[in-house]
Amino acid sequence: MNGLPSKLDRTAVMWIGLAVFAAFCFALRGELRWLSDYPGTLVIPLAAWLNVVMTWFVSTFQFIFRGISAVMDVPMAAIQAALHWLPWPATMAVFTALAFRAGGWKLALFTFLSMTYMLVTGYWFESMNTLALVGVSVPLSIAIGFGLGVLSFRSDTARKIVDPMLDLMQTVPAFAYLIPILLLFGFGPVVGLIASAIYAAPPMVRNTILGLERVPPEIRESGQMSGCTNRQTFWLVQLPTAMPQIMVGVNQSIMAALSMVIIAAIIGGFGDIGWEVLSTMRKAQFGQSLLAGIVIAILAMIMDRVSRGLTDLERNLAYSQLPPKQRHGHWIVAGIVAVAAILLAQVFPELKVFPDEWIFHHAVSLWLNAGIDEIVRNYSAVLDGIKNSANFFVLLPLRIGLIKAVYPKFWGFAMTPEIAALYWGAAILLLGYCVWKGKKSLAIVIGIATPILFWGLNGTPWPVFIALVGLTAYLAGGWKVCAFAVASLVFMLVNDLWEETMRSVYLCGAAVFLCFVIGGSLGVWAAHSDRVSAILRPVNDTLQTMPQFVILIPVLMFFAVGEFSALLAVILYAVVPPIRYVEHGLRNVPAHVVEAAKQIGCTPRQILFEVKLPLALPVIMLGLNQTIMYGLAMLVIAALVGTKGLGQAVYLALGKADTGMGLVAGLSIALVAMTADRTIQAWSNRKRKALGL
Amino acid sequence: MSDSTGGAPDSRPVKLSCRNIWKVYGNDPAQFFDKGDGKVGDPDAHTARIRDEGHIVAAGDVSFDVHAGEIFIIMGLSGSGKSTMVRCLSRLVEPTAGEVLLDGENLLTASEKELIEIRRHKMGMVFQNFGLLPHQTVLQNVAFPLKVQGVGLAEREAKAREMISLVGLDGRENAFPRQLSGGQQQRVGIARSLCVDPEMWFLDEPFSALDPLIRRQMQDEFVRLQTMLHKTIVFITHDFLEALKLGDRICIMKDGRVVQIGTPSELVLNPADDYVAEFTEDVPLVRVIRVRDVMEPITGDAPGDGSSVSPDMCLEEILPAFAGTDRPLVVRDGDGKAVGRVTPAGVVKSLAAGEKRQGAAQGAA
Repeated sequence: MNGLPSKLDRTAVMWIGLAVFAAFCFALRGELRWLSDYPGTLVIPLAAWLNVVMTWFVSTFQFIFRGISAVMDVPMAAIQAALHWLPWPATMAVFTALAFRAGGWKLALFTFLSMTYMLVTGYWFESMNTLALVGVSVPLSIAIGFGLGVLSFRSDTARKIVDPMLDLMQTVPAFAYLIPILLLFGFGPVVGLIASAIYAAPPMVRNTILGLERVPPEIRESGQMSGCTNRQTFWLVQLPTAMPQIMVGVNQSIMAALSMVIIAAIIGGFGDIGWEVLSTMRKAQFGQSLLAGIVIAILAMIMDRVSRGLTDLERNLAYSQLPPKQRHGHWIVAGIVAVAAILLAQVFPELKVFPDEWIFHHAVSLWLNAGIDEIVRNYSAVLDGIKNSANFFVLLPLRIGLIKAVYPKFWGFAMTPEIAALYWGAAILLLGYCVWKGKKSLAIVIGIATPILFWGLNGTPWPVFIALVGLTAYLAGGWKVCAFAVASLVFMLVNDLWEETMRSVYLCGAAVFLCFVIGGSLGVWAAHSDRVSAILRPVNDTLQTMPQFVILIPVLMFFAVGEFSALLAVILYAVVPPIRYVEHGLRNVPAHVVEAAKQIGCTPRQILFEVKLPLALPVIMLGLNQTIMYGLAMLVIAALVGTKGLGQAVYLALGKADTGMGLVAGLSIALVAMTADRTIQAWSNRKRKALGL
Repeated sequence: MSDSTGGAPDSRPVKLSCRNIWKVYGNDPAQFFDKGDGKVGDPDAHTARIRDEGHIVAAGDVSFDVHAGEIFIIMGLSGSGKSTMVRCLSRLVEPTAGEVLLDGENLLTASEKELIEIRRHKMGMVFQNFGLLPHQTVLQNVAFPLKVQGVGLAEREAKAREMISLVGLDGRENAFPRQLSGGQQQRVGIARSLCVDPEMWFLDEPFSALDPLIRRQMQDEFVRLQTMLHKTIVFITHDFLEALKLGDRICIMKDGRVVQIGTPSELVLNPADDYVAEFTEDVPLVRVIRVRDVMEPITGDAPGDGSSVSPDMCLEEILPAFAGTDRPLVVRDGDGKAVGRVTPAGVVKSLAAGEKRQGAAQGAA
């Protein structure tokens, strides 16, 4: 019993120490400039060094990579040629049959309608190019991912190399490693192919390892006792048992490859659908952009549902037990249609190339453009209102602080010394009240928020921020996590990326906070209502399968380029994890505990706040973790619509083919992500253990 | 005491012999054994020394013989090393030292290839959580050991159907494991382990994952199979009553060491220490003590004229025969030859002695 109070005291002492240190830094930052601005003389030119290495590497080994590039081009060109040669009714028949096999009538119909959409909007050619790209990159990444997965399952040495690589690849934004790929492999569609193959491999590796590791030892032993040789044990026992998990990896790989193909259009645009979205977006032709974006979205949905259906074990078992007639019927129909189309196409060229007159793309997009203009014009007051309130009341205070953000035009009063005193007085009173009532967490939150809101993240001296993050990391996960967090921040500091980092942290922080407010409420609601849950599920699924790129389009249409649009896009993308995790966490609170609470006489409100939320907290924190990861990933994409931060730094580096800058800024994003990840995981694990879950 | 093999000498030949088996986990387990045979002067001291140096002794100096056709039970609580032991016998776990002789040949020196051959033809194993392949049907699961040997499809499926029928699963050949109940899944596991007609049959807590009622059914099923098949069996369980019910002899393990080996009645009547006594405390004696344990030699010429009983019957079964009479019963073996007699006084004496011992154990506990 002696250890407990002394430990609490220690924590309190640490927070008070931090407060004193912060007060000192804030007070002296006028005199000591280096507290706000890290001195330029101490910047390490890591980016420049990396460029020197890269230049040497490229000039020495480029021929190898160009060779690979040429080899990869062959199968892709072949598939492309085949897809363009096939009359469109034949292609449609084959894909519809595949969809039927994977998901029955509903999916077949959806696929058929989707492909019709591609035809009538005139994006058939581009869609087939994208398909060809995915068609080569997915098998490639699945093969690479499977190989690496098996290798690291069987060899500890390989595992030690592969694990940190996976961590990095999942957190370093794809833009960053597009640059070296670009330099090594040259321009063109093949770059997109290789980039997407690399990008899509990690989920396959992870799921392969996970699947193999999760094979119960008894099943392996039963194979050995059946007299299997080592090879038989692997191929006949372990691998098939791990298959469902490996198939999850296949599905995730396909989705990742598709989203990367679109991102890669930024460097290797060649008339695929991603390029179509991007180029029209750049020209502010949002009608066209939306039409093309829908193609990507439906492509993603079809691929997701089809690959999931084809790899669904239950489905395949049921299918294998059908009579042959039912098993092959749809293939026979598709075959007949395809052959007929090929033959008829010799006579009717309309079947070969969908005639331009039948496409109502231009009319629709003009109409869409006009419609959007109309809406924006008519509702500009409302739209501007939303945007301005968010900017002036949330974003700006967070960035530059109330001290600069508060001025009469929007707030109705100026930040006079009296008002500042009022602000501080109220904050200190509230803080005192929390301490007196013993609400320590709330006191800490108020203590942190008050100065940061007043001076803004920009006005917070870097030693204070580093100390704050370091202390949080230490309290959550001990010295190791703390050291990692501090080292990460120092990395950004010495690479002269502090300002960009703060910009990213602030935007991502705001987005994550809003996601949690919105998504958390929805999650609570969904946990208590099956109907809400049923409505939210397909919405969540759609938002998750939607390539990040596409989410930008509607946001841009209404709110134009700017930080608020970026914020909205990030929220749209990252709001899904809080909804899911909060619902999952609340629904999985042990029933007997809830029953006990009811029996004691808790009101539903008390049950939620006193029982369910505390017990669900570890799961909800994992949701927070996911939200941050999603937010950071989207932040990089959102650089396209004008953010200033690490994402923008990477994006600019991409434009200048500046490997060093791209990698350093990309690594910084990864480090921010990993710091958040480790801190939250450590906290969540400890909490989970404490709750005995 | 602890090294007694117990019971009347078994006339059947020794099938599997386990000699001084050690399994030590840790950084460098081999350092504790100069020779591979696992023979050490003082096993207790040696175990203590190994543990002091931060290694884990999962099995320490375990020795026993299993006779052909015998059901040998290894009983212990979780962490006692019983699962490790059965895995040492089939070399799913490589013992650190000691010898395992199957038909007189050391299994531990067999090459990888020889070992696979032995497993393919001489051994079958049933697992606690069934260990079925989830992607294969019942038929494919049962035929799997034959498949890996390269037996043709028609032949192996015919054999598998025979086994499925043996365990009473006809009609479920094309079901997948997840479509079956736990008891049915274990029947598949049993059928698979018997598919190659093994001589050695290892069962690792085969019924522990089942509901009590199903467990009893499966135990009866197991007895039925064994009376037909006469396998040599090593059976692992943590359930003392199950051990009493099924076992010819029982080996009780604790913390990796053997505490006692003996027949059910030996364990109940002469527990080696308090640990064993605690297990036997609540055991109904009339179900454990058998006729052979209370049998007296025939005195005089005539075997007597009372009804006859078999030496393997338990007292519970013969008690009704004493109702209304105090004449001794004649014990006759399988060939009908009189081998002894049972008197009411003898039965009461042995029961009283047993009760006294149980009471003493209770007091000690």
